[in-house]
Amino acid sequence: MSEEMNPELVREPPMEHPMAPYLRMERIPHVWCPGCGIGTVVQCYATALEKAGCDLDKVSVVSGIGCSGRAAGYMKLDGFHATHGRAIPFATGLKLGRPELLVTVISGDGDLVGIGGNHFIHAARRNIDLMVILINNFIYGMTGGQNAPTTPLTAKTSTMPFGNFEPPFNLPHLAASSGASYVARWTALHIRRLTWAIEEAIDRKGFRLIEVIAPCPTLYSRLNKLGTGLSGMRFYHDNAEIRHGADTREVDIDFQSSIVCGKFVDDEKPTFNELMDKHYGTILGDRYKPMPPEGGMIHAG
Amino acid sequence: MKADPTGVLTGAHYLDGDYACGEGAMAAGCRFVAGYPITPSTEVVERIARRFPTIGGTFIQMEDELASMAAVVGASWTGTKSMTVTSGPGFSLMMENIGLAAMMETPCVVVDVQRGGPSTGLPTMVGQSDVMQARWGSHGDYEVIVLCPQSPQEAFDLTIEAFNLSEIYRVPVLLLLDECVGHMTEKVVIPEAQEISVEPRRLTSKPPEEFEPYRLNGKPVPEFARAGDGYRFHTTGLTHDERGYPVMSVECQETCVRRLVDKIRDNADEIVRFEEHDTEDAEVVVVAFGITARVARLAVETARQRGIRVGFLRLIALWPFPEKRIHELAGSVGSFLVVEINYGQMVLEVERCAAGRARVSGLFHGGGGVHDPEAIVEAIVEAAS
Repeated sequence: MSEEMNPELVREPPMEHPMAPYLRMERIPHVWCPGCGIGTVVQCYATALEKAGCDLDKVSVVSGIGCSGRAAGYMKLDGFHATHGRAIPFATGLKLGRPELLVTVISGDGDLVGIGGNHFIHAARRNIDLMVILINNFIYGMTGGQNAPTTPLTAKTSTMPFGNFEPPFNLPHLAASSGASYVARWTALHIRRLTWAIEEAIDRKGFRLIEVIAPCPTLYSRLNKLGTGLSGMRFYHDNAEIRHGADTREVDIDFQSSIVCGKFVDDEKPTFNELMDKHYGTILGDRYKPMPPEGGMIHAG
Repeated sequence: MKADPTGVLTGAHYLDGDYACGEGAMAAGCRFVAGYPITPSTEVVERIARRFPTIGGTFIQMEDELASMAAVVGASWTGTKSMTVTSGPGFSLMMENIGLAAMMETPCVVVDVQRGGPSTGLPTMVGQSDVMQARWGSHGDYEVIVLCPQSPQEAFDLTIEAFNLSEIYRVPVLLLLDECVGHMTEKVVIPEAQEISVEPRRLTSKPPEEFEPYRLNGKPVPEFARAGDGYRFHTTGLTHDERGYPVMSVECQETCVRRLVDKIRDNADEIVRFEEHDTEDAEVVVVAFGITARVARLAVETARQRGIRVGFLRLIALWPFPEKRIHELAGSVGSFLVVEINYGQMVLEVERCAAGRARVSGLFHGGGGVHDPEAIVEAIVEAAS
């Protein structure tokens, strides 16, 4: 079937992708599967950087290992693809080494709270000035669909072929109870809300967690017979429940249950660097010499 | 360039090896340290934690050694000279991110104050059994530089040297103290800042649009761009091309990893550090390092007085190993005696380099103490016969 296009509706295609200034276009196509939510999150992050008017020269992005771990590799920023689970401590070093940087961690659930769980809670406890975008697809995608610490009870994975019997983490609650200053959750379907949340988090300080529930059609949906990428999106549309300020103890995710989204925590509290500066300033007075914002590199002279 | 006087505690001090190492780091320009407490290394970071707030440095006690090493790699990408400090069990935990530092070509220094192992072993007592782990501990092919001081003064001097070599070759440089050197207190002379040579971070002079993070520019090591200077570069632990982008191919693996190995191997003559005495007429050459070198030195002098033609070679850099010199000596001496506080690690390297041209024997100690000098004398007598 062919129809004549209304010439008034036909626009010249843009010469370049609108996100091109933020992306390494020479690396596109990316590695992510059709229907995967990670690319959407990357786009929301890039859009938020643009809207927030960030100086991109001062933005660093760090990822660990896994599907989401590839995010740093596609951003046209100072990008670091670190070891499995260690994106947060790597990012901590970047932030403390050059305090003026805006440091974002984009990585997955297995990376950040499986192998990297210890770093996650300690960075939150210290309120290190990091924005963490945790893409939760309930499964280890890159390695072939193994069980994750976020896999809902009864969901099937390649290492829990009879269904998962381990209780999963409730990540907003984990972050909030560990001391995070900002905690929000959205799904990869909430493009505008997620973008706003990232933009808002850029404006905040301290340990900021944005959990993004993302579909994994290739593994999670297939192993659990949940249909295609589109049906995953439809599920989010029908089952996301927005409850700003919800008690984080009540935002667990059960298998195919509703997903409570929203902003749960937004507290102004001092960051690690602020606490350190204040403390040493009080104790040492003029003798305290903090790390300069531009870093501790000593130039030739 | 000359050291920044802010970090240099000029004067004659009475310091233990751990404190001297900390002072060496600060003199070298180190301004970021992440660490996790572990005996017998903790005094290094305790010294730094006390001094850093007044010299513009940041110390953070991380949640474990995995985090400490990862933070050091991250911090180094800001151009801030960075270090971590540990002992055996923590050293094991650091291995993966030491590999990351090697792969990303990140200058940094890792101090391992060796204790008896394996596992928890002898936390408060001496060992020298991490020397092969230092060389081979992370998976895959890579090269590192490993220095090994025998005194607090040398702990100070070699810590500066470690930072300098890490900047020149963009590798993690490991400093292997042992519990004895770490905890012995001796005179340490810290010179004036203008008498201390330090290597600055070798930043690229190219504009961002022409810069590729792993493109060589007539030198064996690429130029550095630090995070936050507008280069917007990418780096990864994956096998990567000159742009720092992952490439999964046989060809890229060959180019990428070959260079990591060759930049050290091709410059080994510049990096190798050792000292030798009385080797000209020697029938036997004793090889030792760290605290054992001091014990063996006494035994060598005693044996000389007893008329045995014995020489001495002390390894200052353990890696790269002085293979040319050992091979050369193997042509003129009858045998080597390797004395070390482990059950035979560096002796394997001496055997390899002697290549059958001289006999090689070892005198080993399991750890927890140093050799009895008289036992070394007896082993020299036996090796000479």
